[in-house]
Amino acid sequence: MISTTDALTEFKAQALAGQTATAVRVLVCAGTGCIANGAADVLTRFQALLGPDVVAFQHEAGTKVDHSGCHGFCERGPLVRVEGLNADILYTRVRIEDVPEIVERTIQGGEVVERLLYTGPGNGLRCRNEGEIPFYARQTRTTLANCGHINPDSIEDYIANDGYRALAIVLHHATPSQVCQAVLDSGLRGRGGGGFPTGRKWEFVRKAAGEKKYVIVNGDEGDPGAFMDRSLMEGDPHAVIEGMSIAAYAVGADEGIIYVRAEYPLAVSRLRTAIRQATEQGLLGQHILGSDFSFTVRIKEGAGAFVCGEETALIASVEGKRGMPRSKPPFPANSGLFGMPTLINNVETMGNVPLIIRRGPEWFAGLGTANSKGTKTFALTGEVINTGLIEVPMGTTLREVIFDIGGGVRNGKRFKAVQIGGPSGGCLNEQHLDLPLDYDALLKVGAMIGSGGLVVMNEDTCIVELARYFMHFTQNESCGKCTLCREGTRRLLQILEKIIAGLGTAEDLETLEELAAAVKDGSLCGLGKTAPNPVLSMLRFFGEELRAHVLEGCCPAKVCQAFKRYVIDREKCRGCSKCARACPVGAITGKVKEPFSIAAADCVRCGACLASCPFGAIEEVA
Amino acid sequence: MSPQSMIEASPARQAGLRRFQKVNEILAYYQYDATNLIAILQKVQAEYTYLPQDILTYLATALKRSPSEIYGVATFYAQFSLEPKGKYEIRVCDGTACHVRRSIPVLQAIKRKLKLGAGEKTTPDLRFSLETVSCLGACGLAPVVVINNKVYPQQTPESIAKILDDINRREDEQ
Repeated sequence: MISTTDALTEFKAQALAGQTATAVRVLVCAGTGCIANGAADVLTRFQALLGPDVVAFQHEAGTKVDHSGCHGFCERGPLVRVEGLNADILYTRVRIEDVPEIVERTIQGGEVVERLLYTGPGNGLRCRNEGEIPFYARQTRTTLANCGHINPDSIEDYIANDGYRALAIVLHHATPSQVCQAVLDSGLRGRGGGGFPTGRKWEFVRKAAGEKKYVIVNGDEGDPGAFMDRSLMEGDPHAVIEGMSIAAYAVGADEGIIYVRAEYPLAVSRLRTAIRQATEQGLLGQHILGSDFSFTVRIKEGAGAFVCGEETALIASVEGKRGMPRSKPPFPANSGLFGMPTLINNVETMGNVPLIIRRGPEWFAGLGTANSKGTKTFALTGEVINTGLIEVPMGTTLREVIFDIGGGVRNGKRFKAVQIGGPSGGCLNEQHLDLPLDYDALLKVGAMIGSGGLVVMNEDTCIVELARYFMHFTQNESCGKCTLCREGTRRLLQILEKIIAGLGTAEDLETLEELAAAVKDGSLCGLGKTAPNPVLSMLRFFGEELRAHVLEGCCPAKVCQAFKRYVIDREKCRGCSKCARACPVGAITGKVKEPFSIAAADCVRCGACLASCPFGAIEEVA
Repeated sequence: MSPQSMIEASPARQAGLRRFQKVNEILAYYQYDATNLIAILQKVQAEYTYLPQDILTYLATALKRSPSEIYGVATFYAQFSLEPKGKYEIRVCDGTACHVRRSIPVLQAIKRKLKLGAGEKTTPDLRFSLETVSCLGACGLAPVVVINNKVYPQQTPESIAKILDDINRREDEQ
């Protein structure tokens, strides 16, 4: 039991002593990404080879095998860190077969297995650890500092890294109102997308009258292409719990709920473990660290509804109802869960809180831009070389993120667009690459930071098809409460489908614009208000491509099937009849050993002939 | 007539008692509290692979809610299914990152392999069921397919066909 601040200090000293007693530490990444790539087997193999019986090491103190949360470099998983040798080593794409070699050569022999190091694309330089890998070296990891470096299932590891010290500081040295002020001074804004000043939200709840108050952490990370919150919950669950405990103290709540989406089973299990450990150590429960503050936390699992990311919908879902939003006011700060004052913050927002308290609001306010402070995590995915989870100061440009950290576009293709902020955001093009990533700069161009998904697209992506994809998503996820969101998104989708089928008219372009504005105005919650953004950003920045579909009858990215034509080059065709046999609709005819031809009217544009031709005589024209 | 003797009265009721025994355990665990409805439905679905209609009605009575309210929640969330699912639940991620890395051809390959027509979700032998999900948060490995909670990274139409072949072979051998 850690019942006083002194006991916490003592616990930390012991945890640190335990760490230094180990000469070499093997840390296998056990994030969702690495596990999918086989990290669990790698971990088991290490444990089998380096179990307690193995003593044949040159080091006296022995070796410890641990698992960590997500490092962020998912593309290169499974990742294995070896700590305690001259310098830390990060091995990438480690297979189970590589484990004996790492044990023998690195852990026992102290040398580096060169072939498992990260190799820079282009220059072929091998990087020994994160400090040398451009993907990491150009980041500023503060919220994610522990992710990949500590065992998320170990409260000792968290406390050894100053964990729960921020909670001890506020409980004994600050009043709730001072805590709210500190968070306000730091300039922290909501990381879930809204960007509302966190300190102000806390102050509202603190001042709200109610016999009971709640703190809810929103872990319903619904944006497709985003996994920042998942990584934080999986990699550093105690930080989320500490952050929400500080919030609870500041607003006067005694009950907390972490709402995690159903698709994140690993995050749920890591949080459960963390809650159990914190409760066992008295860091959750009654009279925490000898103060009058009491706080308990439980987990609510979502069941798959994007709209539940919206705070009033989320509250309905926690109450066991359909997750439908309601009109505000009253705001959750005054009437939230079961009608009581409720503070709702996103996972990443909470993750920032212990840092702000420990390092001071000035430190946090020193990072970022004038109105967007601190750092922000982004999930960098799509057609980019280094996909993964990154953290940069607010105000970093898209170019730095995509090209310096992300390493540029995969397979030597050309950059075309980046989708930011998920289905609520927008697609930006090349001219926005030097745009700083902060709340206000993005709003000016009709996009938003959202939760932080960044999906990079190359020249092979059709923006019209992508807009259709997003409309399909929001149409599907609209809860149906507001007519314009329910019907409007459906009509927008139908128009886009019509355009993709090659049946668009000039009038459709006008209707798209008009309807998009109407859906924005006529919807109650964030989902509907932002649902037309992909369409609006397409009209604004990719109008030419859209018009090509409608007016010129072609898809410049050669994606939309309806615009494809297949022709046989009479010179190259040897008349082997393979294509005619491959064609499912019998649209290809001809005499053997003479050039064949495709009847355009019958062709269903499946492309089967293209794949079947051994002479490359069939050509696809857009 | 006491509830116990009513059950003993007919064999159909005895079967019913067995059928609802697990549901009763779940309800007791959640203290018959309707604010836990989502968790209760998740547990029921884990037990039966789907939400059978008679159980939804039973839950309504037990939680003192109208059947329409229970049905409303069960149909609101994508996770819940009112139809039986296959032994192998295949979930194809069609989140943005997977979508731009060609998840649709992977989905089509699975449909072809399982001979599922438009709108069909489960194979007639109940071996496989198929659904798309919006994002599994494994975007770094796009496109991903999840079969019974095991994540298969960076799939292609060819690789997924091989995985399904392997499952079929294992099943046929048993």
